Amino acid sequence: MIVAAVMGVAAGTVSGLLGVGGGILFVPALTLVLSLSQVKAEATSLLAIIPVALIGAARQHRYGNVSLRDGAVVGALSALGVAGGVALANALPQRALRLLFAAMMLFVATQFLRRFARARASKAADRPRPNADGSDASDLSDRADSSDTIAGHD
Amino acid sequence: MSRTLKLAATGTAAGVLSGLLGIGGGTVIVPLLVLWLGYGERRATGTSLAAIVVIAAMATLLQGAYGNVDVSKGLIVGIPAMGGALLGTWIQQRIATDTISLLFALLMIGVAIDLVLT
Repeated sequence: MIVAAVMGVAAGTVSGLLGVGGGILFVPALTLVLSLSQVKAEATSLLAIIPVALIGAARQHRYGNVSLRDGAVVGALSALGVAGGVALANALPQRALRLLFAAMMLFVATQFLRRFARARASKAADRPRPNADGSDASDLSDRADSSDTIAGHD
Repeated sequence: MSRTLKLAATGTAAGVLSGLLGIGGGTVIVPLLVLWLGYGERRATGTSLAAIVVIAAMATLLQGAYGNVDVSKGLIVGIPAMGGALLGTWIQQRIATDTISLLFALLMIGVAIDLVLT
């Protein structure tokens, strides 16, 4: 029970930090520690995700990092897409799909690593000028963030 | 392609993939918002969480109807996780955006390994 709670805290931290539901940690906590079947663990992790995503989204909204309209569009269409995905799941070969999707995830990982490398390289090119709060004034992606805030605000 | 169409495609892709493979929408939504719609890291992860609230609520109702949701075990992991979410968002405001990209890349590699092993 304590192990499950600790894994819950870890799942919530990953969720808040990286904007995902945290199912990657909830599901093993529910199967390995709380001995649910895989099907019930996946369903139950969805319930656990609701309060986590809600509190994470509320905090991020206070920090000015949520575009509510965009989130609503993406969320509503996802909810519809889930039904289509469940229907397809029975018709398509799961193993091949999982391997294909794993390859896509690795491709996405390389894109994020390149993004990281580019941001670091441009930081090194400008001489870093620390702000009063200790953050780095030459962070290009921070600037992209703030312009997005203006463009994306309701 | 217009912005709204891109958002619609992002949502649909996230939903279909989570219904198909049982992995959450965030692993699809965050990359598409960042790499396709030009979002910054913080705004992409924040908006993704807002979308996940809707997705998880709908999916829980659906799964609950099939009797697959164990409410008490869900709360055992879900309530401590709320504290984790506060911690995670707090940390995120205090690290550079490129570090978020690096951590997200590591998460993607973890998800890929998980997909291959299970």
